[in-house]
Amino acid sequence: MRRFVLLNLLSWWCLALPAAPAIQVHDAWIRLLPGDLPLAGYCTLVNGTDHRLRLTGAASPAFRQVMLHQSIHRHGTSRMQAVHGIDIPPGGELRIRPGGYHLMLMGRRRALHPGDRVRVELRFRNSAPLRIPFEVRSATE
Amino acid sequence: MKRWILVVLLLLAGCGQRPDWHLRNIEGLMPDLAFQLTDSQGRAVTADRFRGKISLLYFGYTHCPDVCPTTLSDLARALRRLGPDADQVRILFVSVDPARDKPGVLGRYAAAFGPQVRGLTGSQDALRQLTRRYRVSFGLGKPDTQGNYEVSHSSAVFVFDRRGRVRLLDTDSGDTEALVADLRRLLKEG
Repeated sequence: MRRFVLLNLLSWWCLALPAAPAIQVHDAWIRLLPGDLPLAGYCTLVNGTDHRLRLTGAASPAFRQVMLHQSIHRHGTSRMQAVHGIDIPPGGELRIRPGGYHLMLMGRRRALHPGDRVRVELRFRNSAPLRIPFEVRSATE
Repeated sequence: MKRWILVVLLLLAGCGQRPDWHLRNIEGLMPDLAFQLTDSQGRAVTADRFRGKISLLYFGYTHCPDVCPTTLSDLARALRRLGPDADQVRILFVSVDPARDKPGVLGRYAAAFGPQVRGLTGSQDALRQLTRRYRVSFGLGKPDTQGNYEVSHSSAVFVFDRRGRVRLLDTDSGDTEALVADLRRLLKEG
C-alpha cells in the first residue's frame, strides 16, 4: 500500500513537471575585466518553439544597463554597433559569442569575481522573458 | 630522360625555399617597430624598451568589451603554450582612446591578460603617426548623452622580431596553432 502511494505520488509529480523549455539557453557566461569597464556576455539560444522569436534586449540586477551589441569587422577594422533585435527562426539557434553579437553589460552594481553567477533577464518581443544565470569567467578564458 | 630532367629541376627549385609561415609574411613590407608613447605608469616609452623581445602589436581600447578582450585572450593563450619562452614575447596593446585610458586603467587592463602584456597609449598625434606607419586607421565616434562613444580600430596583430623588424601579420588571432608555430620559429632565430 505504501509503495502504491509512493508510486502514485511519483507519477503525479512527473505529470506536474513542466514540458522541456521551449527556449533553451546554454553556455551563458560573462568575460570579467578590471574596474568598472563594460563587459560582454555570451550565450547560445535554441528556439524550440514553432514560431520566430525576436530577442529585443536584456537586463540584470548586477548592472545598470545591458544592451544588445554586435561587433562588425570590415576592411581590417573592427567596431561595435547597437542592435535593436535579433531574430531566431523556429528550430534555429542564435550564438551570441566572442567577435559577433554580445550583451554589453555596463555599470556594475556590485563587485564581480570569476566563478560568480549573475542573473540576466533575456527579453523577447513575442515570448515571456527568461532569467538565466551567467557564469563570470576571468579575462583570459 | 626528359622526365628525369624535370624531376631534378623541380627538386632544385625546392632547395633553398623555406617552408611558408602560417601567418602572413610581411617582412620588408612595413617599417621597423618605432613609436613614442606612454606606458601604464605614465612614463614615456619608445620601441627600444622592447628590443630583444618578440613584439605583438595590437590597437584597441579598454571600453571594448568584445573584440579587444577576445583578441588579447587569444594571444595570451598562445603565449601560455610557449611555456617559459613566453617571457621572450611582449604583447603591446596600444589604446587609441587616451581620453578614457589613463595609466591606471590601462595597467590593470593589461595585467588581466598576463605578465607579458603592456598597455601603451599616447597623444592623438603619436597615435596617428603610429597607425599610419602600419597603414591602419582608428576613429572616435561622437559621445552619446551618457558620454559613451564608439571607437573603431584595426583588427590586425603585427609581429616583430627581436630586432624590431616587421615579420608577420595575424588577421585571425583565434588560430592559436598558427601563431604558436610561428612564434616558436621566430624564437629559434635567437
